[in-house]
Amino acid sequence: MQATTQNGAPFKFSPEALAEVQGLLRKYPEGRGKSAILRALHIAQEENNGWLSVSAMDQVAEALGITPIEVYEVATFYSMYNLEPVGKYVLEFCHTGPCAIEGAERIIEYTKLKLGIGKNQTTPDGLFTIKEVECLGACGYAPMMQVGEFFHEHLDEAKIDQFLDDCRAGKINKGTWKMH
Amino acid sequence: MSRKLLLEHAHIEGINTYEVYRKHGGYRSVEKALKNMTPDEVVEEVKKSGLRGRGGAGFPTGMKWSFLAKPEGVPRYLLCNADESEPGTFKDRFLMEKIPHLLIEGMITSSYALGANTSYIYIRGEYSWIVFILEKAIAEAYANGWLGKNILGTGYNLDLYVNPGAGAYICGEETALIESLEGKRGNPRIKPPFPAVKGLWQCPTVVNNVETIAAVVPIVNDGGDEYAKIGIGKSTGTKLISASGNINKPGVYEIDLGVSVEEFIYSDEWCGGIKNGKRIKACVPGGSSVPILPHFLITKTANGENRLMTYESLADGGFATGSMLGSGGFIVYDEDQCIVRNTWNFARFYHHESCGQCSPCREGTGWMEKVLWRLENGQGKMSDIDLLADVAKKIEGNTICPLGDAAAWPVSAAIRHFREEFEWHVNEPRACMERNYGLVKEPVATV
Repeated sequence: MQATTQNGAPFKFSPEALAEVQGLLRKYPEGRGKSAILRALHIAQEENNGWLSVSAMDQVAEALGITPIEVYEVATFYSMYNLEPVGKYVLEFCHTGPCAIEGAERIIEYTKLKLGIGKNQTTPDGLFTIKEVECLGACGYAPMMQVGEFFHEHLDEAKIDQFLDDCRAGKINKGTWKMH
Repeated sequence: MSRKLLLEHAHIEGINTYEVYRKHGGYRSVEKALKNMTPDEVVEEVKKSGLRGRGGAGFPTGMKWSFLAKPEGVPRYLLCNADESEPGTFKDRFLMEKIPHLLIEGMITSSYALGANTSYIYIRGEYSWIVFILEKAIAEAYANGWLGKNILGTGYNLDLYVNPGAGAYICGEETALIESLEGKRGNPRIKPPFPAVKGLWQCPTVVNNVETIAAVVPIVNDGGDEYAKIGIGKSTGTKLISASGNINKPGVYEIDLGVSVEEFIYSDEWCGGIKNGKRIKACVPGGSSVPILPHFLITKTANGENRLMTYESLADGGFATGSMLGSGGFIVYDEDQCIVRNTWNFARFYHHESCGQCSPCREGTGWMEKVLWRLENGQGKMSDIDLLADVAKKIEGNTICPLGDAAAWPVSAAIRHFREEFEWHVNEPRACMERNYGLVKEPVATV
């Protein structure tokens, strides 16, 4: 669980995103709009370069008609929310049992050395952040990492090399939390 | 050869689209249930089928459904638990990705049986691309009259929505899932009241796993009695098994309950044997929380009987010599794997995922992680082994939800069956570092 939060630049939803967040309220009974919070935070995070600033959380509270503290307590509980700035590509490596026995630790170490950063660190060019996360449900296709909305499975050193090159060339699709 | 009730059409091109799914007999169970059966008759078929919860607990689904309170004028909810997070388990993902309409169909038929008019699929946030696969399938179901108002002209109304999580294993526990769906932290509730009486927004609620709900489709189509003919004893029907670890053919397999464990591991139809010609050392048959089995207890029970893929046979011998079918997360370890390291890995997982409400779990999982790390890295003492077993015992049964048990069981089982390997870590730290890391490294302590 992360505990720090940063203010960041003032955040404002794009008009489409705001409409989408408010549209989420339709799914829940009258007065139960708080239920939309997790998805609203995913959208806010995406619009805020991959992390949740206090300002972004405050805007989620306003959009859903709940108090900021209700948003903070949720945002600090769930591991997918980044409470500090991250790189453009966040490499989230699974390091839990089934991935570990299929070589995840070796692949993570390789990537760290190659990028010259440790876990939860970002390369100076702002392109890559490495995170080590718990089981993502790809145990049969290990080792794996998640980048944006997609899984990259059966990883080896050559695939990591190719992937990093593709990121630098802007060829990697991170996906989106917005309707598509 | 096992038959396929859920994945029969999973490999057909375009089966994720409504047209192809319908062409292959999709949505028949909705037609049959809504037009020809009362909700109670559907519940009765599920009871007859002997279907047990496929998320891990194995509780009879029909009985769970019959507990649902039905006060006048209060809405009831069906929630699908798609928060699949148990290490070793990836079957629900496979089902939703390949054949999303099967889950939608199961949700409609099951919601009808329970009298729910709004239902939610709570899916783990990391499966975000599947959120959109499901929402596309739901939109197709609405467009073709299977969802919405007055379905098939029967007067039955149902709205179905997808609600993503955001990274928390604990939200797979049903009351934590409900809290999360209410937009809160995923802290499990004290039971009673059970969700069947007071669940989502304090209304009667049933929470079922993806695979359980999908299984309702063949049960309604072919009848509960037909379903119950598959399997052995109280383990009826087919089960999706997620196979991973050091095997030749990892993946998701649908098996008839009752296949032998030996066949499952070594047959080319399934795992295809151990990778690189190595020998099997251990197996976790039901997801990370169930007890690990040493090689001599995997294919045979302590009595020398063939071990079968059933709830009962995998549990044969209790925790002393048995394990559990759990969620069907079948993890195989070859002779090179280090049990201490794997146990540390799982302990770290549970420490990370503990919601922090109950001190035995919040503190105990941290202790276990630290002590195991110490042992794994050559800083352990002989007394640490008993300390670990003691901490595990004190967590077990002393928490609001089963996460505490889930954290304690793998540690207790590893010590029970692999005590010598723990002792070797204490006695021969350098040799153990050399084996585990392939180089002689000075023992280190970083925690």
